[in-house]
Amino acid sequence: MQWLIKAGDSRRADTAFFYAMIACGLSVLAIVVLIVYELVTKSSLSWHAFGWKFFFRSEWDPVNDQYGALPFVYGTIVSSILALIIAVPLAIGVAVYITEMSPRWLRGALAFTTELLAAIPSVIYGLWAIFVLVPLLRQYLQPWLAKYLGWTGLFEGPPYGIGMLAAGIILAIMVVPIISSITREVMTAVPQQQREGVLALGATRWEMIRTGVLRNARAGIMGGVILGLGRALGETMAVTMVIGNRPEIAKSLFAPGYTMASVIANEFSEATGDLYLSALVEVGLALFIVTIIVNIVAQFLVWTVTRGTPARSHA
Amino acid sequence: MPEKVMLPADFADAPISLWRRGLNFVVSVAAIGAVLLVLLPLGAVFGYLVYKGIGSINWAFLTQIPKPPGEAGGGMANAIAGSVYILLIASSMGVPLGIGAGIYLSEYGRGTGFGNLIRFTADVLNGVPSIIVGIVAYGLVVLSQGHFSALAGGVALAIMMVPTITRTTEEMLLLVPQAVREAAYGLGVSRWRTTLSITLRTATSGVITGVMLAFARVAGETAPLLFTAFGNQYWNWKMNQPTAALSLQIFTYAISPFDEWHKQAWAGALILIVLIVASVGAVRLVASRGMLKGAN
Repeated sequence: MQWLIKAGDSRRADTAFFYAMIACGLSVLAIVVLIVYELVTKSSLSWHAFGWKFFFRSEWDPVNDQYGALPFVYGTIVSSILALIIAVPLAIGVAVYITEMSPRWLRGALAFTTELLAAIPSVIYGLWAIFVLVPLLRQYLQPWLAKYLGWTGLFEGPPYGIGMLAAGIILAIMVVPIISSITREVMTAVPQQQREGVLALGATRWEMIRTGVLRNARAGIMGGVILGLGRALGETMAVTMVIGNRPEIAKSLFAPGYTMASVIANEFSEATGDLYLSALVEVGLALFIVTIIVNIVAQFLVWTVTRGTPARSHA
Repeated sequence: MPEKVMLPADFADAPISLWRRGLNFVVSVAAIGAVLLVLLPLGAVFGYLVYKGIGSINWAFLTQIPKPPGEAGGGMANAIAGSVYILLIASSMGVPLGIGAGIYLSEYGRGTGFGNLIRFTADVLNGVPSIIVGIVAYGLVVLSQGHFSALAGGVALAIMMVPTITRTTEEMLLLVPQAVREAAYGLGVSRWRTTLSITLRTATSGVITGVMLAFARVAGETAPLLFTAFGNQYWNWKMNQPTAALSLQIFTYAISPFDEWHKQAWAGALILIVLIVASVGAVRLVASRGMLKGAN
């Protein structure tokens, strides 16, 4: 133990160490400030040229230097909402099964497996979607949807496979693990007595889950859903690979679309001209602001349920 | 006649209506169905990766650089090396910064306003879409250097590693009992020495878990590399030159029209996923041995 005590002039070393650590902490703050600074300064050209109208114009014409982000905003919102419609019931079902129904020996394995879904990189989902999901959609799902639900107008037109529907489905697969792991976390935070109390009143297991667990955890589950939304909004690669990348607004989910993240991915490194680049950065700035707000709301909702319970590792 | 008092025991025998029992059954079946439906794509992704990938992995794939479009043969050796190179650059910046910020949060910033601000900022940074990080690294590094580079890719990935490492390091250090620190102080050990040699050491396996999770998260990132590392069909070991990366190569090959490249994309994806699953698996192994050495 002697070497620990003798080492160096401890007061000066303590001060130096403190400043080094606080510098590391500051760097986190600096990174976020830098992000905001970069996005704001680099998009100012486009902001001055188009103002608020930028987000309501649907013209995207690099040749004539006319830019409007409406098709991208539309594509981002529609693909994300579609993803949530598919993912939320599945994710909650998985969370309910793992926390309330599964035998103990299966619990850990299932939790690990669903989290493995989150570890697969976006580009691999995209690869799989191009060569497996899209052909399946084209051959089976899309003709079926067109035949039985074509009258809604949402499933019209030629079944390319590639398009908004494919993007929504692949996004759904990607956000399920996020939503279900948060839902699991908040359901676990509901006190055990709550369950026992409801069961003692003669409830069936489902009634216990509905009134005793889900009702208490609903704010946190909502938080998980919104966190999934944040992920879906900013997701880039898999969407870029299957959405079709055409800046059009179509009612049919079979039609190709474009999202804010994928237009940046596709056009940023080839953008010639200052206004073109600036317009792309402005799309990025809008995406940044929206995802930040969505994430903060989500974290607040999760916190309202899990506060008071001891912090758990997310590993 | 006085009404009969119902005791809980009487309810126990009361039959649960068919409707309630039926609903309970239906919901249980639906939950199991949801689990199966979620496991299906997972199985399909891994199944296809192995099925399509194994056939295309051979010695040439692992040792050669890409052939011109459409020509058979060639490999991704430069992309595999490029990914490792970029990840090393990213880790050398992101890991110390993240651990340092985590130490600040748990050892100095506990309960202070500034500490809360940093913690909040780290959580915000965690939610920033990766493509945005790419734009920023482009502005910071690519524009000032004048061209795409391995360094720019490394900076982008480092930015993405920091918040994960910061938050797990903080959580792990908070698990170390206060008494351990006090014991060190009591022996006359200075504060910085206590933090590094006692507190951080006790939490080593937990901190490593955080680092590996961050590593696994950025290893497959593609979006932030598109206009930073940019990709390269040849070898490159210079920090300031465009560099190939496995994820970028998979993307380029997947959207190309050549069958030969599609096969290689599957092979590259298999190698990438093995790398990631191995590191996540290692984390599980470490985590299951307990987050803390000695304590608990």
